Amino acid sequence: MPPAVDFSLDYAPAPESTAPVRLAAQYGLFVGGEMVEPASGRLAATTNPATGEKLAEVSVADAADVDRAVAAARSAWEGGWRDLPGAERAKYLYRVARLLQERAREFAVLETMDGGKPIRESRDLDIPLAAAHFFYYAGWADKLDYAFSGRRAAPVGVAAQIIPWNFPLLMAAWKLAPALACGNTVVLKPAPTTPLTALLLAEVLRDADVPAGVVNIITGGDATGAALVAHPGVDKVAFTGSTEVGRAIGAEVAATGKRLTLELGGKAANIVFEDAALDQVTEGIVNGIYFNGGQVCCAGARLLVQESVADAVVGKLRRRMDTLRVGDPLDKNTDIGAINSQAQLDRIAELVAAGVAEGAELYAPQCELPERGFFHPPVLFTNVSTAHRIAREEIFGPVLSVLTFRTATEAVAKANNTPYGLSAGIWTEKGSRLLWMADRMQAGVVWANTFNRFDPASPFGGYRESGHGREGGRAGLLPYVELVA
Amino acid sequence: MSERLAVNKTYKQFIGGAFERSESGRSYPVVGAGGELLAHAVQGSRKDVRDAVVAARSAQEVWAGRTAYNRGQILYRVAEVMESRRGEFAAEVARAGDGCDGSMAAAETAAAIDRWVWYAGWADKFATVLGGANPVAGPYFNLSVPEPVGVVGIVAPGEPPLLPLVSRLAPVIVSGNSAVVLASERCPLAAVTLAETLALSDVPAGVVNIVTGHRDELVPPLAGHAAVDSLDLTGCGAEQGADAARQAAATITRVVSASTAERQWFDEAAQSPYLIDAFCETKTVWHPKGR
Repeated sequence: MPPAVDFSLDYAPAPESTAPVRLAAQYGLFVGGEMVEPASGRLAATTNPATGEKLAEVSVADAADVDRAVAAARSAWEGGWRDLPGAERAKYLYRVARLLQERAREFAVLETMDGGKPIRESRDLDIPLAAAHFFYYAGWADKLDYAFSGRRAAPVGVAAQIIPWNFPLLMAAWKLAPALACGNTVVLKPAPTTPLTALLLAEVLRDADVPAGVVNIITGGDATGAALVAHPGVDKVAFTGSTEVGRAIGAEVAATGKRLTLELGGKAANIVFEDAALDQVTEGIVNGIYFNGGQVCCAGARLLVQESVADAVVGKLRRRMDTLRVGDPLDKNTDIGAINSQAQLDRIAELVAAGVAEGAELYAPQCELPERGFFHPPVLFTNVSTAHRIAREEIFGPVLSVLTFRTATEAVAKANNTPYGLSAGIWTEKGSRLLWMADRMQAGVVWANTFNRFDPASPFGGYRESGHGREGGRAGLLPYVELVA
Repeated sequence: MSERLAVNKTYKQFIGGAFERSESGRSYPVVGAGGELLAHAVQGSRKDVRDAVVAARSAQEVWAGRTAYNRGQILYRVAEVMESRRGEFAAEVARAGDGCDGSMAAAETAAAIDRWVWYAGWADKFATVLGGANPVAGPYFNLSVPEPVGVVGIVAPGEPPLLPLVSRLAPVIVSGNSAVVLASERCPLAAVTLAETLALSDVPAGVVNIVTGHRDELVPPLAGHAAVDSLDLTGCGAEQGADAARQAAATITRVVSASTAERQWFDEAAQSPYLIDAFCETKTVWHPKGR
C-alpha cells in the first residue's frame, strides 16, 4: 500500500504588487487634451470594492462640463481630425495600442483595484484585448474603402460613448478604437465606480500625441450621462449597460437624428446535449457564468442541460465549484474577485433570496469570504422553472440557474424564451446539430463548445432587447460611418 | 586629427535566418550611380536558391500557424525597426540609385515603412474582406476562407531598390506564406539591409530568404522548383519572364506579375488586398446542419 497522501494542500497567498500604480488624490476631466477642473466643482470617491477603501476622488461633470467636452470634440473634428488621412489616424491608434501593451501591468493592477475583478482576468484578458482592439481598428483606418465596397465611408461627427463598470478599459477600447479609426471625435464617460483606467488612458492618449479634443473623458453618474446623451452637439450615441437605461437613452435620442447603438443586458442559455464532452462542458459552464463573477452581459446564466445527463453535469459542476477560490482580486490564484459595488451585491442577494423563496434548490460551496469588501460565493440553482425570477431576470452575479430539456426543439424554445438575445452556448460533439441549433438561436453571438470568447476581429452585440449594433470586426465600423455614394 | 577609417559592411545573403556567403564562394561588384564600388555582393548559386526554398518550406507552416494578430504585430514591428534606421536605408537607396537624390531616397524609405504598416493592418482583415459565407441551396454551413499558398518565389523589381521590393514582399508574407526573394541584381544592398531589419523584428527564421546574384542564373532554378507554390515575376524582363512562366507551368505553379498600375510604386495602386489574395488559395468548408 502506498502511504496516504495529504490532498488538503492550499495555495499560499500570491498577491500582485500595486507598486506600478501611482494614484493622484483627485482627478479632473480630460477635455481638449488637458486635465481640467470641473465647472461643477463636485467630486466623488471611487473605492476599492475588495477593501472598501477610497482610492481617489474624481470629478462629477455637470451640464456645463458636458458642454465644454462636446465643444472640444466638435472643434477637434472640424479642426482637422475628420480630414486627416486614414493612414495618419492609423498611426495614432497603433501608438495607443503599443503604449497600452507597454504599460499593461500598471493598467491591469489599477483595473483590479478599482473594479474588483481578479488580476488573472485583468492581466490576461481585459488589458491585452483592449490593446488588441486599438491595433485591429488602427488597421481599418486606412482601409475603409475596402470595408464597404461601392460606398465611401465618411465619419459621423462627435460620438458620445457611455461605458459600464464590468470591463472598464476594454469597453473604452471597444468604443474608442472604431470611432477614431473612422474619423470621429469622442466624449467618453466611464462608469462612476470604475473611472480610473479611463483616466489613465487619457495619459496614454496624450503620450501618443493624439490631437487635443479628439478624445475627451468626463466622469460622473447618471445625470452626467443623461446630459451627454441629450446634448445637441452630439451626432452619435453609443451605450453599453443595462436594458433599463438603454430604453431611456433610446427614448431620449428618438427623432433627434442622432445615431444610436446599444449593447445591453442578457440572460444567455448555455445548452448541453447528452453527447457533449462533459469535462470540457463543466469548464465551459464555469467559465461562462463565474468569469468576472458573472458580472458579464453575455454570461451563460441559464444552463439548459439534456435530462439524461443533468445529474452527471450538476455533480461535476458542484465538485468544480468547490475548488473555486473567492477572495482578494489582487491574488493571482483568485477565481472570483469582488462584486463591483454594494448596490450590485444587494441586487445579487435579492435575486438569490427570490430563487430560494420560489422553490429552487441552492448550492454554494463552503468558502470563507473576506471580512471587508463586497463578495459573493458562486451559486448554483437546480429545480428552476422558466417562470422563476432567477430564470428570467439578469442577475449580473455568480449565480447559475439549471433547467433541463429533452429534445433539441425544446432546447431552442427554452433558450429563446427571454426578451434578451446577446449570446448562447451549445455543447455537443455533433457538428450538424451545432449548426442547426446556431441557426435557431436568437442571439448575436453563438459559442459552440466554448464560451466567453472575444476577439477584435469578431463582431459582438445583441438581438432583441440586448440592443442593436455590433462592436468588433468589419461590422463594428458601421456605427461610426456615414456611407455616401 | 586623422579622420576615422570606416568599417565596411559585408553584404551577405539571408537564408534560414542566417547571413551567409554563397556555397559557391563567389561574389560580384555592386557599383553606385557614378560607377564607384559600393560592395561585393554575394553571387548566389542554384544551390543557394534550393537551400533558400528548403528554409522557406520548413518555416512556412509555423508562420501560417501564428495567429493573424501576431503576424500583424510582427509586420508592424518591421516598420518600427525600419523607422529607427531610416537614415541608413535612405543612404543605401541614395547610393544605389540613378539620379536618386537624398530627398527622393528619404521619400522612398518613408513610403516603404508605411507600406509595411498598411499590410500589417491587413493580417487580421483580409479574410473578412476576401472570404465569407456562401448561401448554398441546402441545409449546409458553407464558408470560404483564403489560405496562404505556401512558398512564394519573388523576383524583385530592379529599381528603385527598396520600395518595390517591400511592395511585393509584404502582401506575400502577411497571409502566412514564406518567400524566397531574388534581390535586384544591380542594387541588391538595400535588400540585404532589409533582411537585417527582418531578423530583428521577430519574423521567424526562414519566412523571408534573400538571395543575391545574377538573374539569368537564379531565376530558372527558382521557377522550376517543385516546392515553390507561386511566383511573382515582376522583376523579370519579358523574355526571362516568359521562360520562367513556361517552366512554372510544368509544376502547375501560379505566376503573378505586377500590372502597369501596380508598378507606380508610390501610388495607392501599388498596394492592395487583392495582391494578398493573389498568393492565397480559397478553401471552402461544407458542413451539414440538422438535429
